[in-house]
Amino acid sequence: MTELKLPSIDYAALSPILIMLGTALLGVLVEALVPRRWRHVVQLTLALLAVLAALTMVVLNSDERIITAGQALAIDGPTLFLQGAILVLAAMALLLIGDRSVERGGAFVAQAAVTAESADDRRQAEGRNGLTEVYPLTTFAIGGMLIFVAANDLLTMFIALEVFSLPLYLLCALARRRRLLSQEAAMKYFLLGAYASAFFLFGVALIYGFTAGMPGRPAGVDFATIHAAVSESPASQVLLFAGMALLAIGLLFKAAAAPFHVWTPDVYQGAPTPVTGFMAACTKVAAFGALLRVFHVAFTDANWDFTPVLGAVAVLTMLIGAVLAVTQTDIKRLLAYSSIANAGYLLVGVLAPSRDGLAGTMFYLVAYGFSVLAAFAVVTLVRDADGEATHLSRWAGLGRRSPFFAALFTFILLAFAGIPLTSGFMSKFAVFGPALENGQTWLVIAGVLTSMVLAFPYLRVVVMMWLSEPGESTPTVTVPGGLTSAALMIGVLATLVLGIAPAPLLDLATGAAEFVR
Amino acid sequence: MSNFPFLSVLTVAPLVGALVVAFLPRHRPELAKQVAFAWSLLVLVLSVVMWVSFKADGQRFQFRESYSWIPNWGISFTFAADGIALVMLMLIAVLVPLVILASWHDAESSKRSVPVYFALLLVLECTMIGVFAAADVFLFYVFFEVMLVPMYFLIGSYGGHQRQYAAVKFFLYSLVGGLFMLAAVIGLWVVGGKTLDWQTLSQVDISTGTERWLFLGFFIAFAIKAPFFPFHTWLPDAGGAAPAGAAALLVGVLDKVGTFGILRYCLPLFPEASKWFAPWALALGVIGIVYAALLAVGQNDLKRLVSYTSIAHFGFIGVGIFAFTTQAGTGAVLYMLNHGLATGLLFLVVGMLISRRGSALISDFGGAGKLVPVLAGVLFFAGLASLALPGTAPFISEFLVLIGTFTVNKPVAIIATLGIILAAAYVLWMVQRTTQGTLNPALTEVDGMRRDLNLREKVVVAPLIALIVLLGFFPKPVTDVINPAVQATMDDIGRTDPAPSVGGTVQEAGR
Repeated sequence: MTELKLPSIDYAALSPILIMLGTALLGVLVEALVPRRWRHVVQLTLALLAVLAALTMVVLNSDERIITAGQALAIDGPTLFLQGAILVLAAMALLLIGDRSVERGGAFVAQAAVTAESADDRRQAEGRNGLTEVYPLTTFAIGGMLIFVAANDLLTMFIALEVFSLPLYLLCALARRRRLLSQEAAMKYFLLGAYASAFFLFGVALIYGFTAGMPGRPAGVDFATIHAAVSESPASQVLLFAGMALLAIGLLFKAAAAPFHVWTPDVYQGAPTPVTGFMAACTKVAAFGALLRVFHVAFTDANWDFTPVLGAVAVLTMLIGAVLAVTQTDIKRLLAYSSIANAGYLLVGVLAPSRDGLAGTMFYLVAYGFSVLAAFAVVTLVRDADGEATHLSRWAGLGRRSPFFAALFTFILLAFAGIPLTSGFMSKFAVFGPALENGQTWLVIAGVLTSMVLAFPYLRVVVMMWLSEPGESTPTVTVPGGLTSAALMIGVLATLVLGIAPAPLLDLATGAAEFVR
Repeated sequence: MSNFPFLSVLTVAPLVGALVVAFLPRHRPELAKQVAFAWSLLVLVLSVVMWVSFKADGQRFQFRESYSWIPNWGISFTFAADGIALVMLMLIAVLVPLVILASWHDAESSKRSVPVYFALLLVLECTMIGVFAAADVFLFYVFFEVMLVPMYFLIGSYGGHQRQYAAVKFFLYSLVGGLFMLAAVIGLWVVGGKTLDWQTLSQVDISTGTERWLFLGFFIAFAIKAPFFPFHTWLPDAGGAAPAGAAALLVGVLDKVGTFGILRYCLPLFPEASKWFAPWALALGVIGIVYAALLAVGQNDLKRLVSYTSIAHFGFIGVGIFAFTTQAGTGAVLYMLNHGLATGLLFLVVGMLISRRGSALISDFGGAGKLVPVLAGVLFFAGLASLALPGTAPFISEFLVLIGTFTVNKPVAIIATLGIILAAAYVLWMVQRTTQGTLNPALTEVDGMRRDLNLREKVVVAPLIALIVLLGFFPKPVTDVINPAVQATMDDIGRTDPAPSVGGTVQEAGR
């Protein structure tokens, strides 16, 4: 009998993950033990403190470059950078989730089990306090994302995927208003997400089969083994290609890349807006973090095989996102398609396998996360008696009614359109430059051409807000309470600062842009 | 004095002014106007000081400043001005105060915030100065794109009929051009070894194929901006819808960024490609001259008419640039200045007419000279300057372009000469239909038409008229500054002027 050896675990390096998951469990206890009227404050404080503590640990760990917990988790530059990004963006999202002044009782339903459209439902919509279970759910999701970007083998990655996906499915279903839309969104997201997970798992199995049979090495799904297998394994290349394709499907689904994007508009529209913002910012960081690691660590030597395919996916994603964004009439769906197009630009960065390319992609993720959270923060503010007024025609003349918020939103839209002096422009340069350097000329040209198309829908919103006269139905902008204002201002300021002085963050990203294997 | 950081201060100053003006209380519009005007005068004074300290026979680029910006990408805030840029900076500094003065009451009719209008004008001035002062391609691109935003709101919020359509069209056209340029900028960054400093890049050798693509990326952006035929369709809409002051800046300065960009970036950075594309560019220029002039003849809207005349003039500038002779090049740069003065004046005067009549249609006028003789006289003068009458500044530049082109490319020069005849047609006919002939009875019923130029408007037009006449007789101060820069640009592409043929015959005769 062989002796079981316990793997050494570097608890300090894992502390951000442990803090988040521990807090999530604590949050469940709070639900059980703390009186109802205190729960909101306690939960929100707990979650924010946990995020801050985890962030502090990430900063303290910033020089760590190790693989720990057996081969399961890699705490290296990209991991720490992306974990930091997820935590900062999650803190902003938590501010939006915790706001109860914009809508009485918050953006979440008071009782998830109430039948939609019933009398009870109408009563709960009037302003009973929302569920506080959203906080443990969110912290679980954040914890899962932190593992996802650190995962150094495919099984850990799969478990992390489930840990952060399941809470997200639930969170989508918890909108206070338009409950049917919200439940439909959650259902769609869950079903399609389950398919994607199944694809991923199947891919893991095929890759395991592929690694088997290497002389002198055990089979496995950790990235070092896969990396070695790609050049050495005598197994059929079909296993490798099929496995890679299935893994890519699972990851591209989370990243909202075409043709696996169809859930995005429905889910973004139906989910409570703070959750949409959380998904658009943090899920994107996590999904691309995993994509980067899988393709740059495990499958580096197969890049001749996957680059053309991922390139085609990138072009398709940019095209579909940009063209369909033009036809949208709902602001949340428009932002969803814009997020799809941005996934395409990010894929261009993923396909630039250099240090600059990696740094550029990570910079893009952070910059986009700030802007998109600020955009959804504004969406939560534009409302009438029935909740958020998301139809674009209702935004006509908003610039006259509330010039301040319209100006902020215009700035965010200019950032999405990639106008200089916003982070949007710098991030485009950050991914297109290295991509061109690595010979991906056509991807860059496709990126530039789709940016032209994509400018049109953004501009249409600007025209709506500023150049149209306010109508009878133009909603008012609710003056936000402290939490939403804080999130909004952080997002806008970050967009501006990263647009004018991107050097510090770029330095940080470049310094971090090296994987350990 | 030459160590003073003129260019960065000039760029930042209007922005500070804009912030000050924007935060003035909305119910005190007069104060906002005065502050904006004073601020633009300050910029003018500083520009004059800079002009004086510029050494015409000194280095090509002067007032160079460089500050680190994004070291990772080899990008810095680098400013430097050659003679061409200096002339354009001076034009901006002169035009902006006049435009502010001319737009004194424009914003009031739009029911929108008056301070914001003047703040936008100052922001526009900041970006215009920045775009001409930048010596780093990245910095240039940043200003090139950001420039769209204030102009977009000036047209869209304060413009006339069809302003929404015009503003969006303007923005999208420019943005599309800008994104082509972005692709080329990234390409240049890669082949240039991760730097976008102009001086470094001008030393880099680029393979022929790449060079042509990069040239094309830049050229399309500049051709849309200038605009050259067939990328011109946004200008009549934008010029027609913009408030007169903004339109004067749009055509007078903003569009010069296109021709300036070709001179500063396309020619020196991609000399081979420039020569390869030159016949096409010349063809576009010539078509533009004739086509736009023909369309101008047919216009019934004053501002659209002036916009079309500008497209014809940009054809001349394009021909002057791509003829690759010092004479034509100097002519083209001088044209950029003179066109800014003459068309700026024409736009402002037309704006005064339109605000009095409440209509921009030529058919709504007729015999206006009998009611407002001074205004009609100024319109006539601006028209004559615009058609390049000898004695006015544009004549010299047009003549230089034509003779400079004639020495190397006779057919182009001859067809371009047609443009002069057509210019006479559209200008004189426009003047005749608005201010001459029998008085349109409807005009007498409009109150505004009984008021001739007031003091403020006289102050607006007087400096422009003086400059046009002065430079018409004595262009030397300006040509002295332009010549070395144009000479250097021609050296960059390795073209020398053909030897004068008369000299040859003299030699033969002597033998």
